[in-house]
Amino acid sequence: MKFLRDLLDKQKPLFKKGGKLENFYYAFEAGETFLFTPNHTNAIKGAQVKDAIDLKRMMITVVIAMIPCLLFGIYNTGHQHFLATGQTAGLWEDFGPKFLLGLQLVLPIVIVAYAAGGAVEATFAVIRKHPINEGFLVTGMLIPLVVPATLPLWQVALATVFAVVIAKEVFGGTGMNILNVAMTARAFLYFAYPAQISGDQVWTYLGDKAPVDGFSGATALAVAYNAGVDGEVATQALAEHNSSVQAGMFEFWNLFMGWIPGSIGETSTLMALVGAAILIATGVASWKIIVSGFAGAYAMGVVFNLFAGNNEYLAMPAEYHWVIGGLAFGIVFMATDPVSAAQTEVGKWIYGFLIGVLTVIIRVTNPAYPEGIMLAVLFMNVFAPLIDFYVVKANKKRRLQRATV
Amino acid sequence: MSKTIKLKKGFDIKLVGKAEKQLAEFKPAKTFALKPTDFIGLQRPKVTVSEGDTVKAGTPILFDKAMESVQYVAPVSGEIVEIKRGERRKLLEIKILADSTISYESFDKFSEGDLGSVSKEVAIAQMCKSGVWPQLIQRPYGIVANPADTPKAIFISAFDTHPLAADHGFMLEGEDKYFQAGLTILGKLTSGKIHLNVNEAEQVPPVFANAKGVELNKFSGPHPAGNVGVQIHHLDPINKGEIAWTISPFGVAQIGKLFLEGKYDASKKFAITGSRAKKAVYVKTYMGACVDSLVEGNLQEDEKSSVAPDTRVVSGNVLTGEKITADGYIGYYHNQITLLPEGHYHEFLGWALPTKHLSYHRALGLLSFLNPKKEHVLDTNVRGEERAFVQTGVFESVTPMDILPVYLLKAIMAEDFDDMEELGIYEVVEEDLALCEFVDVSKHPVQEIVRKGLDLLQYS
Repeated sequence: MKFLRDLLDKQKPLFKKGGKLENFYYAFEAGETFLFTPNHTNAIKGAQVKDAIDLKRMMITVVIAMIPCLLFGIYNTGHQHFLATGQTAGLWEDFGPKFLLGLQLVLPIVIVAYAAGGAVEATFAVIRKHPINEGFLVTGMLIPLVVPATLPLWQVALATVFAVVIAKEVFGGTGMNILNVAMTARAFLYFAYPAQISGDQVWTYLGDKAPVDGFSGATALAVAYNAGVDGEVATQALAEHNSSVQAGMFEFWNLFMGWIPGSIGETSTLMALVGAAILIATGVASWKIIVSGFAGAYAMGVVFNLFAGNNEYLAMPAEYHWVIGGLAFGIVFMATDPVSAAQTEVGKWIYGFLIGVLTVIIRVTNPAYPEGIMLAVLFMNVFAPLIDFYVVKANKKRRLQRATV
Repeated sequence: MSKTIKLKKGFDIKLVGKAEKQLAEFKPAKTFALKPTDFIGLQRPKVTVSEGDTVKAGTPILFDKAMESVQYVAPVSGEIVEIKRGERRKLLEIKILADSTISYESFDKFSEGDLGSVSKEVAIAQMCKSGVWPQLIQRPYGIVANPADTPKAIFISAFDTHPLAADHGFMLEGEDKYFQAGLTILGKLTSGKIHLNVNEAEQVPPVFANAKGVELNKFSGPHPAGNVGVQIHHLDPINKGEIAWTISPFGVAQIGKLFLEGKYDASKKFAITGSRAKKAVYVKTYMGACVDSLVEGNLQEDEKSSVAPDTRVVSGNVLTGEKITADGYIGYYHNQITLLPEGHYHEFLGWALPTKHLSYHRALGLLSFLNPKKEHVLDTNVRGEERAFVQTGVFESVTPMDILPVYLLKAIMAEDFDDMEELGIYEVVEEDLALCEFVDVSKHPVQEIVRKGLDLLQYS
């Protein structure tokens, strides 16, 4: 690697103060620190040694935790296409073609998201003269995973730019944002281009092929919601749905595994849990938020069960809420975003639990939109500082009670 | 009543280079220095000697115009060879070329039996005049105590959990009677108790176990369990308007020696530690010794080039110490010097590749947790760049106090005085949050921020 180092050292003076390209110093620095960790040593006073972690390593850990979801999403995208167009019925038949098709659809979205976001980051870094924020390593991967594979690439780019500028850079960059950046991108798409991110027709890529008879394209959430409206038993409606495409597609275990239509990376609860395991084992995400998030959704599901009467959706067993829609993915990767989540340990329990509760409330009672996790996370992002405020206030109060003066 | 407190939060930084408990002979240091910068809160230092003057051990050479009664004295006898100043004539060092045999100023001498009858005023006057007073540190702020105050209690931590720290029991071997005499004197200074805190996990050295007139408390747990600030938090926390004093065991013995022998004895056992030290042992010299003779010839050679590689000499430990030059001087409050490899190198994809560098975290590729008992060689590389606070909950997990460090640090950065007070700034000094600085993903100068907050509260 010496030649690379030499090359960088040779170019460096160009970007330093007084150099020809000094305005682009932070763009150069981003590349340099990406390749090589800086040679800075600790200050004269204070800690003379430092822990091996830095923000880049932390962020790349999150990206790695998302890889199971990404790979699964790539294959599932192909798989759903093959199912819907009647080319195969088995799960592992045509593995190669399915994966290649998925790759062909998903990879451009990932590339566009990284490129668009990276360009915004670099622009801000150059203009505002600050180092490039590593947070984008994660956002660039999260955004592709929460959109359907059929989304036009220009919308991916637009949403990414919007989210990075409005949800992050205007607040000062990574660490300063109030809202989860990837969720903001998705919310932008939902409100700006609802036709491409909601309804029954966007979740499965059909290409120029005709779907098989009886194909509806609806997601499990939509099916469960409509069952409630129609007075059907939700679990039965789910089990019977799309049997012409694949028998038992929306049965519990299939929902858990994630072989269903939906956004690229969020269909599989199992893969989200694999990601959760990586995040918790590495200590990057808070297990408190994840556990309380699932607990909140379950608790609200049980409460709704009690009130089930004229609406069958209310009677859907609570554990179904864990496996349909993007709840698992949202809780594991979105709710745990350390910047926009609650930051106190007690606050994390409350924050996660309320996200779970709100998700189920929005799902079950909101007639317009069957998914709840997106709005629940954004809503709780806004309330996280309030939760922390009261937790911190309790801490202050303890100290004040002790005081004798 | 004595207490036993078990702490769970914290982290032991296990490093290569712990000093063996034996005294080694090194070439004696030629020069010694008093560094006014060691004393936090020393506002307007006034030097009372000039270059060329001769002094004895215990001769006043400096005082603070803001607290004139407290004298800062020469650790050894000899000639003042340099009064070193920095920018804006800031006083940095007063160097003394030592005599071959040390002569002492004489102070009042008491027998062990008489100590009990010494009055508080006499005790304070003798301590201030003779140079042992700065051993007493006031909390809040971590500054040299004011003789006019009466603290609510005095706290002594008899064990040090800092990385590679010197062992207080070994340092005070054979000094039992001086330690006890020091405690007797300290008992006159406070209306409350003297808390002597020992490590539950280890055998308590007799010098502490047999101490009288104190409350012996036991603490267990990883670093910072040995920090006196943490101990105060659990025994008798400091609230706004209250004052407590702390002192090191060595300081207690030094006070005892002053009253029993009538002299200011600055001789002290120091630990030479760190992965670069060829001989990691203890050495007996005087406070403020020049480290050149301890460093020279005592550095591990590089296996490949057989030249000693770039080494950082730290006065103190790796968490709270201060970089000095290879011919620099040991700080007044320090018990050790640490020799570390400098870390000014680039690492290819150092942020992503698997590494065995020590880490409290377990993110991608950080494998040190697989072998928790292994001792590591750490260099001074920052391992990243400064960023905004992102990771949460980690500071809390290494701070065994009911304090929210990130909120406190943010309050200091925002210069929000009310918030600082309410979030507990009076209970901490730099060393209590030093571990946060080590584990910080965003590489903030945590200790510097804490000091800024304390200065803001104290001086504005």
